[in-house]
Amino acid sequence: MAETAMLRKRMSVSASESPEELRPPAWSFVPRAFAPLLVGTVVAGILYFFVQPAIGGFGSNLLLFAGINIILAVSLTIVNGFTGQFSIGHAGFMALGGYTAAAIVYYGSFKIYGDASFHGGLVSWTGRAGGFRGPLLGSGDLLFVGATVAGGIVAAAAGWLVGLPSLRLRGDYLAIVTLGFGEIVRVVLQGTDEQLRRYDLELIRSTPMLKLMNKLGGALGFIGIPAYSTVFWVYLWVAIMLIVAVRLKHSSYGRALLSIREDEIAAQAVGVNITRYKVRAFVLSSFFAGVAGALYALQIGSINAGELGFQRSFEILIMVVLGGLGSVSGATLAAIILTALPEVLRFVDQYRMIVYSLLLIIMMIVRPQGLFGVREAWDLFRRRRPRGGA
Amino acid sequence: MTQLIQTLTDGIAVGSLYALIALGYTLVYGILQFINFAHSDVFALGAWLSFTIATWFGLAAGSGATTPPWYIGLAVLALAMIGCGIVGFLIERLAYKPLRAAPRLNVLITAIGVSLLLENVGQLEGMFRGHHFKIFGPYPKAMPALIPDRVLLHFAAVQFRLVDAVVLGTALFLMVAIQWLVFRTRLGMAMRAVSFNHNSAALMGINVSRIISATFVLGSMLAAAAGFLYAMKYAQLKQTADNVWVLLGLKAFVAAVVGGIGNIRGAMLGGIFIGLIEFFGVAYLSDKYRDVYVFSLLIIVLLVRPSGILGKATVEKV
Repeated sequence: MAETAMLRKRMSVSASESPEELRPPAWSFVPRAFAPLLVGTVVAGILYFFVQPAIGGFGSNLLLFAGINIILAVSLTIVNGFTGQFSIGHAGFMALGGYTAAAIVYYGSFKIYGDASFHGGLVSWTGRAGGFRGPLLGSGDLLFVGATVAGGIVAAAAGWLVGLPSLRLRGDYLAIVTLGFGEIVRVVLQGTDEQLRRYDLELIRSTPMLKLMNKLGGALGFIGIPAYSTVFWVYLWVAIMLIVAVRLKHSSYGRALLSIREDEIAAQAVGVNITRYKVRAFVLSSFFAGVAGALYALQIGSINAGELGFQRSFEILIMVVLGGLGSVSGATLAAIILTALPEVLRFVDQYRMIVYSLLLIIMMIVRPQGLFGVREAWDLFRRRRPRGGA
Repeated sequence: MTQLIQTLTDGIAVGSLYALIALGYTLVYGILQFINFAHSDVFALGAWLSFTIATWFGLAAGSGATTPPWYIGLAVLALAMIGCGIVGFLIERLAYKPLRAAPRLNVLITAIGVSLLLENVGQLEGMFRGHHFKIFGPYPKAMPALIPDRVLLHFAAVQFRLVDAVVLGTALFLMVAIQWLVFRTRLGMAMRAVSFNHNSAALMGINVSRIISATFVLGSMLAAAAGFLYAMKYAQLKQTADNVWVLLGLKAFVAAVVGGIGNIRGAMLGGIFIGLIEFFGVAYLSDKYRDVYVFSLLIIVLLVRPSGILGKATVEKV
């Protein structure tokens, strides 16, 4: 009996036949995610406590940017790679999340502590090299984690609003809408009111939080945010992103997304509600883009919507395409390479975008599936001995 | 009242530019079903080529500069159109043609790549082995005046200027020409046949590849004309990688979608419509959110009538 159930599950019998007990309960992701999350936490801790002091300020900045880029690239992979939809406004979601988190942390700090500097840090160690490490695990970090999640949620809500009308349609409308959306976000954020500063403390205290959300510095950008994003937090989010993406890819949900990518009509014919799946994938992706934006804003301590335009979106897109449309490890690898590459190729900075664009064109013509295609890095070693079964 | 008429004339003049660019999008979309992202850069190229050619004729921007005879302007327009036509042909041959059988996503990504390439190559300026070279350079430039700055018509406080008349006249002429070309000539008939079905068209003895090339050349020439007219009207050219160009191109694409993508008359109608929406929004709501109106309209159209004003809803068959 158990065997038939297994067999049925493996062959994914249609919904009407599959008994309810075959479906894992909703909470079951907790134990399944727990072990990898533990590993992720340990890795993030190792990076924070041991690797970062060893590589110095410049190296750890690179490490942080690489982490943020990994989150961006992998989240875009969910839409562009898994689902085959073309989104090119990723930086817009990043900006939304970044500004939201920045405003919450900045004004929240004023409201709670009376100034916008670090607070807390149980294991804070600002040691020799000028404090590049930053504090960890204090009361301010709670604010920070809350703010990153809030940034993600705002971005996800925007993703839902943008995705719903454009993903109902087949074709490339999403590309245009997301591109336009990114521009609108930029225009709106650059049109916000002047940022309130330390000397406006009383005004900040007396103004409700929602009203402060319009005082984001306008074209000058939002500055002076306490930089809570340490290597630990960034890589914890990287771990969450990777777990979500890999789990998603190997779930029935992910297979539905891949089926949409391969052939929408066929997917619809086997009972995939394509609009719903596309919108959900898009919202998930927007959430993580928002989180990445929050991490970014709180890492460099400032955010400017002017820098989060088309070009940033394209850079993320290039990471996805280079790594392979649909490969989580590929996107990760490409994000790391493309973060380090400009540092190595400083002398050809003027030609960077030309090299990128040529790379994109040639890649599409010569190897359209990207470096890894849908495969993951670990699949490459497994190819010779395929597992039995379906 | 004055403001109404002024907004109306501005909206129609700019709208006719959008219409010209939108025609390029819609022609390519009708035949290959993909958004040619590089189109906005061909438009930028058209404007910059016009500038470069005008300087070849020894013209310069400035208050003391005299305006050249009328045929110089025409020559600049013609040369810019030819230049962009060649570029359009090359783009199709080198970047899109190898991907004819590839999934649509790949073609779209390639189009983005071509767009980035054009933008950044256009900005190049530097030294190479001791030689100074420059494409268009990384700085904005002022376009020399090709026609006298004259007010044709005073209506209350409304000014209808010669530039607007030239922009509108040229755009309308080109639109009529393209209408004639697509619906009254053998080439146009072949284009319509290819957009209907590649295989059937090929079986009827149409050289599909050549028709696709012709479509790209045609679209690029229209974009070049739009670029020329834009340069004449605004006289300030931002560097090629500036967002201005992409945004104008995007709005033109919105125009094509609003009018019904793949539909030539729809593109013209949509262009004028978008121009009016934009200028009325700026005049009566707020000029801070100029681009927001157009994209909001796009979202509304996608929600209410995704096939556009003149487009027919199509059912995709297996």
